[in-house]
Amino acid sequence: MSVNPSPRPFSEPSPLSRSLAAIVVVLYAVVSILPLAWIGATAFKSQEDAIAYPPKLIFKPTLEGFVDLFTVQTHQAPEFIAKLPPPQTWYEKIARDRDMVIAGPSRVVERFLNSLIIGFGSTILATFLGTLAAYAFSRFRVPMADDLLFFILSTRMMPPIAVAVPIYMMYRWLGLYDTRIGMILLYTAVNVSLAVWLLKGFIDEIPREYEEAALVDGYTRLQAFRKVVLPQAVTGIAATSIFCLIFSWNEYAFNLLLTSSAAQTMPPFIPFIIGEGGQNWPAVAAGTTLFLLPIVIFTIALRKHLLRGITFGAVRK
Amino acid sequence: MRMSRTTLSLACAAGTLAMTLGAASSAQAEGKSLTLCWAAWDPANALVELDKDFTKQTGIEMKHEFVPWTSYADHFINLLNSRSSECDLIIGDSQWIGGAAENKWYVKLNDFFDKNKISMDTFLPATVVGYAEWPKNTPNYWGLPAMADAVGWTYRKDWFAKPELRAEFKAKYNRELEPPKTWDELLDVAKFFTGKEIDGKKVYGSYIFTERGSEGITMGVTNAMYNYGFDYMDPKQPYHMNGVVNSAGAAKGMDVYKELFKCCQPPGLTNAYMSEGLDAFKSGEVAMQMNWYAFFPGLAKDPNVGGDKIGFFKNPAGPAGDFTQLGGQGLSVVAASKNVDDALLYIKWFAQPEIQQKWTDLGGASASKAVLLSDAYKNSVPYAPSFVESMGMVKDFWAEPLYVPLLLDMQNRVHDYVVADKGTSQKALDALVKDWLKVFKQEGKDPS
Amino acid sequence: MNGTNATRTLVDRRAMRTAAPAARAARGLSDRSIAWLFILPTMALLLAINIFPLIWAIRLSFTGFMANLPAPAGFIGIDNYVDILTDEDVWTNFQITAHFVFWTIALQVVIGLGLALLINHKFRGHSFWTTVILLPMMLSPAVVGNFWTLLFQPQIGPFNYLIGFFTGIAPSSFTMIGSVALAPWTIVLVNTWMWTPYVMLICLAGLRSIPDYIYEAAEVDRASPLRQFWSITLPMVLPFLMLSVLFQAIQSFVMFDMVNLLTSGGPGSTTELVSITLKRAAFEKWETGYASALAVILFVTIFGAANVYVRALNWVKQQ
Repeated sequence: MSVNPSPRPFSEPSPLSRSLAAIVVVLYAVVSILPLAWIGATAFKSQEDAIAYPPKLIFKPTLEGFVDLFTVQTHQAPEFIAKLPPPQTWYEKIARDRDMVIAGPSRVVERFLNSLIIGFGSTILATFLGTLAAYAFSRFRVPMADDLLFFILSTRMMPPIAVAVPIYMMYRWLGLYDTRIGMILLYTAVNVSLAVWLLKGFIDEIPREYEEAALVDGYTRLQAFRKVVLPQAVTGIAATSIFCLIFSWNEYAFNLLLTSSAAQTMPPFIPFIIGEGGQNWPAVAAGTTLFLLPIVIFTIALRKHLLRGITFGAVRK
Repeated sequence: MRMSRTTLSLACAAGTLAMTLGAASSAQAEGKSLTLCWAAWDPANALVELDKDFTKQTGIEMKHEFVPWTSYADHFINLLNSRSSECDLIIGDSQWIGGAAENKWYVKLNDFFDKNKISMDTFLPATVVGYAEWPKNTPNYWGLPAMADAVGWTYRKDWFAKPELRAEFKAKYNRELEPPKTWDELLDVAKFFTGKEIDGKKVYGSYIFTERGSEGITMGVTNAMYNYGFDYMDPKQPYHMNGVVNSAGAAKGMDVYKELFKCCQPPGLTNAYMSEGLDAFKSGEVAMQMNWYAFFPGLAKDPNVGGDKIGFFKNPAGPAGDFTQLGGQGLSVVAASKNVDDALLYIKWFAQPEIQQKWTDLGGASASKAVLLSDAYKNSVPYAPSFVESMGMVKDFWAEPLYVPLLLDMQNRVHDYVVADKGTSQKALDALVKDWLKVFKQEGKDPS
Repeated sequence: MNGTNATRTLVDRRAMRTAAPAARAARGLSDRSIAWLFILPTMALLLAINIFPLIWAIRLSFTGFMANLPAPAGFIGIDNYVDILTDEDVWTNFQITAHFVFWTIALQVVIGLGLALLINHKFRGHSFWTTVILLPMMLSPAVVGNFWTLLFQPQIGPFNYLIGFFTGIAPSSFTMIGSVALAPWTIVLVNTWMWTPYVMLICLAGLRSIPDYIYEAAEVDRASPLRQFWSITLPMVLPFLMLSVLFQAIQSFVMFDMVNLLTSGGPGSTTELVSITLKRAAFEKWETGYASALAVILFVTIFGAANVYVRALNWVKQQ
């Protein structure tokens, strides 16, 4: 066997293998992003373009999908439309061009609002409770700490569908069915396990010396917590909050089963953005795009913390 | 550190705000208003127009809550079950009547009808039985027939008129290319069109319901099965199903439906119901489409396929019968509503003959005899004759309180066989009988 | 910046020791009470929303309760469990779920580890492309399932079109979602698309945790790259890989959102995962007792399997 004088260590790849690796990875990244690109493009297609076959790559962009998404329209005869006063706004014009009259806002706005309210509400509550508990686990000798922490983690192992059955009954009985406060409480309970594990990791990384110094100087434990630990934990709290927000934003099963309309968020609603006598793909795509956009932004903002977040703080770079 | 305190208190404020917004459930100031709940489709939009008249007459504002068909039953049955007062009036599906009556979801309307001289005789008998009565065939009324509907078929009249196609068809089948009158003829015509190139694209013979999640494929397959010998129970022995549900004729009917699906359904439509059918027909993909009459007004006016290009025919007959699946809904007052009197006022207004006529004119489908059986109607729209005929030959699915598991079981067995090629039609129906016996046992009825 | 501030304050304060006794006079809560005060709300919430319902579900599983009927729950012992464990259809659903879990994990491991190894070459722009690859796993599974139905449409969707473009097969001759043969693979495909970045990211962390000197030592020993991979890289990445597999296995076993919207368990029941069966039994047929029994069975299965797996993981870590 011919001997290669000094084999390159595995950690130092050659320029050639670097370029090959780059090509493969970029190829995968591009292919993997194509579905999202297609949906984004569909949001700007007209209905005819969206259901054209073979599928259209080049098309004339329009905001029809977005108008359909946010308004309720009725189909009217052209004679009736001719008798109406001329359209006031750009979206009315778009509707009139297709023989439709805008009758009012659609229920998408409510759903978006619910996603925001329930998302932020549960995030703030979960982060608040999580920070407190994480601090306690990190700094104090809590009896049965490992067991308690594992218990907190195990609550995430339960299939949501399984827990949904008794929670449904409990909520019906308590009058929390289809209420925003009910959903906020539920999401908080699910998020708090993530928050505790993540924040414990972050707080563990804050050296204890600072608090101890403060304690020596007569600060109470609570004051030390507020004045010394919290400011240093701000990054961790922010990262944790965003992960909690992402979960609440994306959640589908609980919201589907425990709400009917007043507290319904976007995910259960998106498949049912139905158009006039047909599946309105541009409107569904528009709703999907708008809904996924914050997540894309958050992912880019959080990219340094993603690893920690998806493993509940078990793995840190 | 000062910054952290400010951010912290800001965060707390935002959180409290979010929670207050969350905790404050609908605290809207109520003027006089009624909320009417229905499914989201063309006729619902027509109803919004119609209701403007009610508001003008009484000053009561009409709010509407329309839910897409795929979640219509789930959503509203849940709502009714939890005795929510979100809906004052509801146009509920014909199948909900049993549950609604036995669980007192709806207000019983007999006294109200008597007092206001609203007679059920003014409506087509099939609609009274289907949309208002429980138990069936007894004078106990839980709704006012509101939307008369049944399954019908549309076809591309312009394609059927093409001379070269007519010649080809005649040569092959030795009869004229006309809308089919039997399921055998339907299969012939569908197979004839499948694969042809018309107007530059490949077309398919027919579109039929295949939806799995709510009720789609059942509402489709029954149109074949009824006419080959399927029934829900022995007419002489209530709830006796063995030998009736799974008779050889019933199995044959399912086979015919499957044949039509396999040969002539456009690709990808394995879980499709109303809107996909409309899409397929409007985009020139199919020669014939199965769908509800409720959509036919819109189709007739469609710029691409309406007018002269569209024709209509009633559900084809079979060797054992001439039936079509009943659709349609009745208008009911929700018992948990906080505005029962106003809601009853709406019912009184809706039942008026002029309103019934206007309802049909705007795009709804009145069940009133005066409207449907008039000469004016017969000539007003091209689908009128077949619609009236269809409403005279309707058959409905179970309306038991436990109709949902009955429906879901049938959805399961039918879809498994027709779309997923599992087993045989006879096996599927035998399993269905077993499923249904189990459900009836839960309800407390023990059929033999 | 904070560190220097604290030290400065420390020095100042130390210099002003004489003022301290007044501050110390203000007693705060004892550490122990703070600890309990901080932990209790979280525990209470979890008990209320997780444990209490679980216990209620266990209780319900021994009854024939139906949530849409007014009749109270009647005790029927282990009938529900017997029904479930002897029902052929339920076993089929478990099989379908197992097929799904196995294949999506297998693909995720191969592709994820592969990508991690490639990205570890640290070519230019690799962190940008890494972020791009990470996007799918952050999206809502339900929304993903929904928009893939458009992508898989045989006539108007790009997927079939692209396959046809590259292989010459007619786009409308096959349907990913509607065909009995293809549907189970379709859900594997979409799930893999979504979660491969997860495995990749964790493996990447594992790869980066391997110190360079180990490789340099191997170079001194003239080990070939392949040898280095087998004896250094793989064993050190293995715990990370196994951790990601654990998370993904649990996740795909209980997967509901994506599959419900992509195929609704169809065609027929060829992609009916156990979670979908559970949802149908609980929220469509309202067989609450039966559904609770199924939920308990699911939970016990997951918990048991996870326990065994974690033991194996710890064993591997020690090697």
